Amino acid sequence: MFRVEITRENDPRGRLIKDDFASFGVDDIEYIEVRDVYYLHGDISKEQAERIASELLCDPVVEQYRIGDPEGFEILYNPGVTDSKEDSIKKAIADLNITIDAAKTGTNYIIKGRYDEARLQQTASLFLFNPLVQHIKHAKEEVYKPAPYKLSVHTIDLSGDLSSISHDMGLFLSEIEMKQIREYFNKDGKMPTDVELESIAQTWSEHCRHKTFLGRITMNHERIDNLLKNTIMRATNEISHPMCLSVFHDNSGVIDFDEEYGVCFKVETHNHPSALEPYGGAGTGIGGVIRDILGTGLGARPVLNTDIFCFGIPDFDFQKLPGGILHPQTIIRGVIRGVRDYGNRMGIPTASGAIYFDDDFLYNPLVYCGCVGLIRKDRIKKSAQSGDAVLLVGGRTGRDGIHGVTFASAELSEESEKSCVQIGNPIMEKRVMDCLLRVSDEGILSSLTDCGGGGLSSAVGEMGKSTGVKVWLDRVPLKYAGLSPREIWISESQERMVLAVPHEHLSRVIKIFQSERVPATAIGEFTNDKRLRLFYKDELVCDLDMEFLHNGLPMPFKKAKIKVVPEQHYDLPKPIEFNSILLAIVSSLNSCSREWVIREYDHEVQGGSVVKPLLGVDNIGPQDGVVIKPRLDKNRGVVVSCGINPSYGRLDAYNMAVSVIDEALRNLVATGGDIRKAAMLDNFCFSSPEREEILGDIVMSARGCYDAAVAFGVPFISGKDSLYNEWVDNQGKVHLIPPTLLISAIGIIDDVAKCVTMDLKAPGNDIYLVGETAGELGGSEYFRMLGIKVGQVPKVNLTQAPKIMNQVHAAMEKGLIQSCHDLSEGGLGLAISEMAFSGGFGVKLDLQDVIYNGKDRRFDFVLFAESNTRFLLEIEKGDAGKINDIFQGLPIVKIGETTEVKYLRVFFGKKKLIDLPLSIIQAKWQRKIV
Amino acid sequence: MKPKVLVLRAAGTNCDVETAYAFKIAGAEIESVYIDELEHRQLTDYQIIALSGGFTYGDDIAAGKILANEIKYKFRDKFLEFIELDNLIIGICNGFQVLVKCGILPAFDESFEAQSVSLISNDSERFEDRWVHLKVYSNRSIFTKGMKSIITLPVAHAEGKFVVKDDDILKQIQEHIVFQYVDKKGNEAGYPFNPNGSILGVAGITDQTGRILGLMPHPERHISFLQHPNHTREKLDETGDGLRIFENAVKYFEV
Repeated sequence: MFRVEITRENDPRGRLIKDDFASFGVDDIEYIEVRDVYYLHGDISKEQAERIASELLCDPVVEQYRIGDPEGFEILYNPGVTDSKEDSIKKAIADLNITIDAAKTGTNYIIKGRYDEARLQQTASLFLFNPLVQHIKHAKEEVYKPAPYKLSVHTIDLSGDLSSISHDMGLFLSEIEMKQIREYFNKDGKMPTDVELESIAQTWSEHCRHKTFLGRITMNHERIDNLLKNTIMRATNEISHPMCLSVFHDNSGVIDFDEEYGVCFKVETHNHPSALEPYGGAGTGIGGVIRDILGTGLGARPVLNTDIFCFGIPDFDFQKLPGGILHPQTIIRGVIRGVRDYGNRMGIPTASGAIYFDDDFLYNPLVYCGCVGLIRKDRIKKSAQSGDAVLLVGGRTGRDGIHGVTFASAELSEESEKSCVQIGNPIMEKRVMDCLLRVSDEGILSSLTDCGGGGLSSAVGEMGKSTGVKVWLDRVPLKYAGLSPREIWISESQERMVLAVPHEHLSRVIKIFQSERVPATAIGEFTNDKRLRLFYKDELVCDLDMEFLHNGLPMPFKKAKIKVVPEQHYDLPKPIEFNSILLAIVSSLNSCSREWVIREYDHEVQGGSVVKPLLGVDNIGPQDGVVIKPRLDKNRGVVVSCGINPSYGRLDAYNMAVSVIDEALRNLVATGGDIRKAAMLDNFCFSSPEREEILGDIVMSARGCYDAAVAFGVPFISGKDSLYNEWVDNQGKVHLIPPTLLISAIGIIDDVAKCVTMDLKAPGNDIYLVGETAGELGGSEYFRMLGIKVGQVPKVNLTQAPKIMNQVHAAMEKGLIQSCHDLSEGGLGLAISEMAFSGGFGVKLDLQDVIYNGKDRRFDFVLFAESNTRFLLEIEKGDAGKINDIFQGLPIVKIGETTEVKYLRVFFGKKKLIDLPLSIIQAKWQRKIV
Repeated sequence: MKPKVLVLRAAGTNCDVETAYAFKIAGAEIESVYIDELEHRQLTDYQIIALSGGFTYGDDIAAGKILANEIKYKFRDKFLEFIELDNLIIGICNGFQVLVKCGILPAFDESFEAQSVSLISNDSERFEDRWVHLKVYSNRSIFTKGMKSIITLPVAHAEGKFVVKDDDILKQIQEHIVFQYVDKKGNEAGYPFNPNGSILGVAGITDQTGRILGLMPHPERHISFLQHPNHTREKLDETGDGLRIFENAVKYFEV
């Protein structure tokens, strides 16, 4: 074994890490040097190691290498954790005509100073490495070599205490469910094997079966059978939109794009893994949702990624951090790097998203990852046929992520099961994608799905539901020996897909995958006996009735209660000075610039980006939605936007739902979208639905979704729930997240050249405010700043809102709108500021005529209320008449004009409220967060 | 003659489709070839080789390094033969990193000479996607003939900082510079105009003959005004600044 370390001249990493240590309170370090380390295992000579180091590992222009033992401390991966660089390093060494057995990478830190070693190591574990997957090098390191596996099938006696069996095996099944299983096996006259029990637990898990949304609920004496069908799916059915091509049953929802193609969209969450290992958790989150798109129909081409995060407060006092959780800074950096490294390597633009900060996400952050795909219309339908081969393609299977699915039904705590943590390999997924799309183009598949939560168990079990299937688990290619059939069956190793291939095409399909060195292995066959049969060599280790597996789950009864929020009054003196309030609002965590994140994502790869997330005179303006044209030779586009507001959710789940739908659609319309050509996705993130009030919030949110979707005529096409988002701390105290619904909207734009952006375009134009303002400041950024935790959450006038959105679109189609921005967090004050500094022109406003609902028409409320369905429009003076015609009967008022002088000046009649140079507002808005 | 372009792909190449598209609308014939296929191909059947952007082999070890070594150790003769035949090569982003690391660029004296310049981590240590202004030394490369003196293109990379081995190389490289990061007015400037800290603001270089070009910015992402971030605020030319590079390459073979 040889250890090679590489040092780079003028490496800035040491200085950056030194600054990081200082920000975590270790400030007595003089300097840090970083060295990249490679361990080369195998029978090679010193000369060969030298050759590898000098010709491959070291950049001859700026780097030096040394072969030998380390100084300082060194971070290595834990045994069994996949080092995603190993494959490519071995390949590169083979190109030098040298063969090695294994290659491992690490990072070496040389630290000089008068620091305290123990404190240094503890601090390092907060941001330099994650003890779940990495460690500080021991004196003697060993390469992970598990013992070879010898088959032993365990049967489980179900005559004992069922709850403890479920708990001990980590199945997360309820006693009622366990009883149902016992009855099935009693009838069958046998004891279940461990593989059989696991298969049932995976299939019946909350993650796969959505027991809360599909189950039975009683709320205030009212009975709801199947909440999903009664609200979200019902809205889609009633709207019955002709553009819906495939909704709710595939891996993603598909809508009509043009004559040849549809577009599909899916958003997933990866909250628990991201809380434990932010980098790996977020990376595998985006990797997973990309596979959802690849696995839609007979294969869709991913064209856009979205990411939405909810984090704790980044400047949380490091000394007060509760045990067992990662600091928000650690989570934020890890999650962003994870999405960046995976998304960028996949060559899919990550261009749409949002970040929300709130104290209540300290214990349980939320990480939503979405993906949009382009799919040929004749490739939407699929079904595995009896006799088709089960072909497993992609990465090898290891012990990664065992029990990720059942784990999703559990609250997090310090003892949470840690084997669910994985690090992805985006280049493997890229290769799978490239080959899969070629196979898909040739039209030689019967069916296809991704291997995600629940691993092969979910993927194969689902595909073979109506036929039956048999699989030889010993044929699955493994990362290392020693996995039991149970582990192979439920492993959630990344970058795998399952294909149903007719036998006559099998060799062709395998050949395509092999041409880019992607493992592709036939592991079984679809049958016609409607049974799930698993073999390990000749031994039958699982034999279950598909009917029982998929339909035997007893749907649970859950109780819900509508949360009663007592009317609370607040006493708020009227402020007299507004400049400082505006500056505080623009620099608040939820209002300030996201440029620091957006630039780290390649948001322009594939060349289809038309309206970018950063725009304006200096390309810093925060655009409401993004537009891509997925076919380079056509001007037809896709607009994507989102809405999220946990602060509203904390106060009023129903109005949160209608508000975030309004927000997502506002963003879509402000960018050029048309709500008549749009669809939505819902992603519910809530705490445990076993709590009656939480389930009450879920029901109310779902009802909000129904009411708003029907009113706007915009259908839901897909969705997902992630429940049990809570954390039990070491004192046993439970920390809940606020009810959080993410709405993602997608729309089709006939001609992308007509899109409008939010940056002011010229001086001397008029500014109009569309929509009504009201004193509903509950959950607003203004109230958060003042520490007021009560108040009415903004409502939506569902009769008027769709009309307003349609007329904004009509004005855009006629080319009358120069710039358009929606009003959300931070209200009018933030929106007009952003338009001004993004465009590089000043604004002079008089708010006297703002249409206001209510008696409390205060300056601060008019400036910072977050009332829904409002837009700011920049209109050329000559177009006033046309604008007034288009908005006849709707609330619209001219409130000012754009100016050459770069100031924001806001009046209320003769009273001057705000007078600030744009440069100062912009500087505050561009504050540093991490 | 309609030239034939070989768009080389390897694991992790990801700008191949839009690069091929840019060549296509410039009038070329395109074939995408996976690196493992190269053994069975005659490079001399093509007139242009394009190494596009991406993260070949994950950029593990260093950006472009593994593909650079693969070309250097497995396909050296094929590339030498191709270069000697008055053909063209363009390396964009990851492709530029590959050309530099295998010694096809800058090729002061010959192809595959010892590496004397490199592209390393940005000063910010971050991946950055942003639009930049570039000064063009249009007469130094076939690809840039007749181009405007200042153009805008996007960059999107983590390892784009151009460095040289020593002062001697620094002197020699001056004549090879084709694109330089500048501010709006065309003056040399610091971050963010120079997004990565490249010496002399180097964004792209040529070999001695002007037939091999490597650049970090993405010309294939600016072949239409719709790709430009300011298309909603200014009247821009229908075709983007980057298209000319592909058109020049095609024109070179139209005799």
